[in-house]
Amino acid sequence: MSFINYSSREINCKIVYYGPGLCGKTTNLQYIYTKTNPELKGKMISLATETERTLFFDFLPLALGQIRGFKTRFHLYTVPGQVFYDASRKLILKGVDGVVFVADSQIERMEANLESVDNLKINLREQGYELEKIPYIVQYNKRDLPNAAPLEEMRKLLNPMGVGDFEACATVGKGVFETLKSVAKGVLTDLKKLGR
Amino acid sequence: MWDTQLVMYDEDYRKILGVIQRLVRDANAKGIFVVDKNGQLIAEAGEVRGIDTTSLASLTAGSIAATGGLAKIIGEEDFPVHFHQGQRDNLHITLVAKRIILVVVFDDRSSLGLVRLRVKKAGAELSKIFEDLQKKVDNPAAAGVPASPFAEITDDDIDNLFSD
Repeated sequence: MSFINYSSREINCKIVYYGPGLCGKTTNLQYIYTKTNPELKGKMISLATETERTLFFDFLPLALGQIRGFKTRFHLYTVPGQVFYDASRKLILKGVDGVVFVADSQIERMEANLESVDNLKINLREQGYELEKIPYIVQYNKRDLPNAAPLEEMRKLLNPMGVGDFEACATVGKGVFETLKSVAKGVLTDLKKLGR
Repeated sequence: MWDTQLVMYDEDYRKILGVIQRLVRDANAKGIFVVDKNGQLIAEAGEVRGIDTTSLASLTAGSIAATGGLAKIIGEEDFPVHFHQGQRDNLHITLVAKRIILVVVFDDRSSLGLVRLRVKKAGAELSKIFEDLQKKVDNPAAAGVPASPFAEITDDDIDNLFSD
């Protein structure tokens, strides 16, 4: 849920990166962190296990600039992708303004992708949201791998609503900022509609 | 009631600041933070220099969310009060009006008993302020406050934000 602060003239929004385990959600945030000017970003927090698997969430605050005199800040979160962390995923979706679904393009991960999309829908519904009604972007990550599934097949399976989607290779940054910009734009457009 | 967007107006912000500045003195606290349950920092008072307040807000909300989940597992609605004891500094965290988190940082100049006592009164005052604020958000026209600064923005405003 966005937070409009007239006192500090700021607007804060929350974006959540969702997807199956090891699909590259944390890598997306790490790339954004390394490529953003220090004055525009806060500290990146990763609550991870000793083997660097996300345990609770990653968090990265970003400032995007001003709109009509209001500083626009985005708080980026990732969820833990592993199936058994479902309770944590639900908590992180609370108050979300926009969602990025990071899909793993490897053909053998397609079932995990589908399971994760279904899980996203269920968990959003529990928080009173509908996936169809919130700003939502799909990212097909790991396009560089030889076992990547054909793009059209992934689209058919994972993006039947035809929302904005991007091919990506998060380790080298391909598609990372395009995805972020697109979901951020969706969130702001939504705020504009809500304000009317 | 609390599932709507959080909006903070200048007048209400000053009231909140007044309550927590007084709480810093009354509880002999080092610093105080008011955080939204979704992890947004609302106000701060006291010796807060050097503290990464954005991270503090996000982690506090995460911690409250996790313990709230734990509470439900054992059949409680919530754990409204948390206390973390450190070697020098301690944290007292209270859930106010089910949406707002009041974080008090204190050291041995104060005590848990004193903090608990003062937080109780301040928490009730903050509850009232946020209740009134919610009424304004629900009905901005009646309260004479602007509805949203985003009602008037154009697609160009949004595009300009992303022009490299």
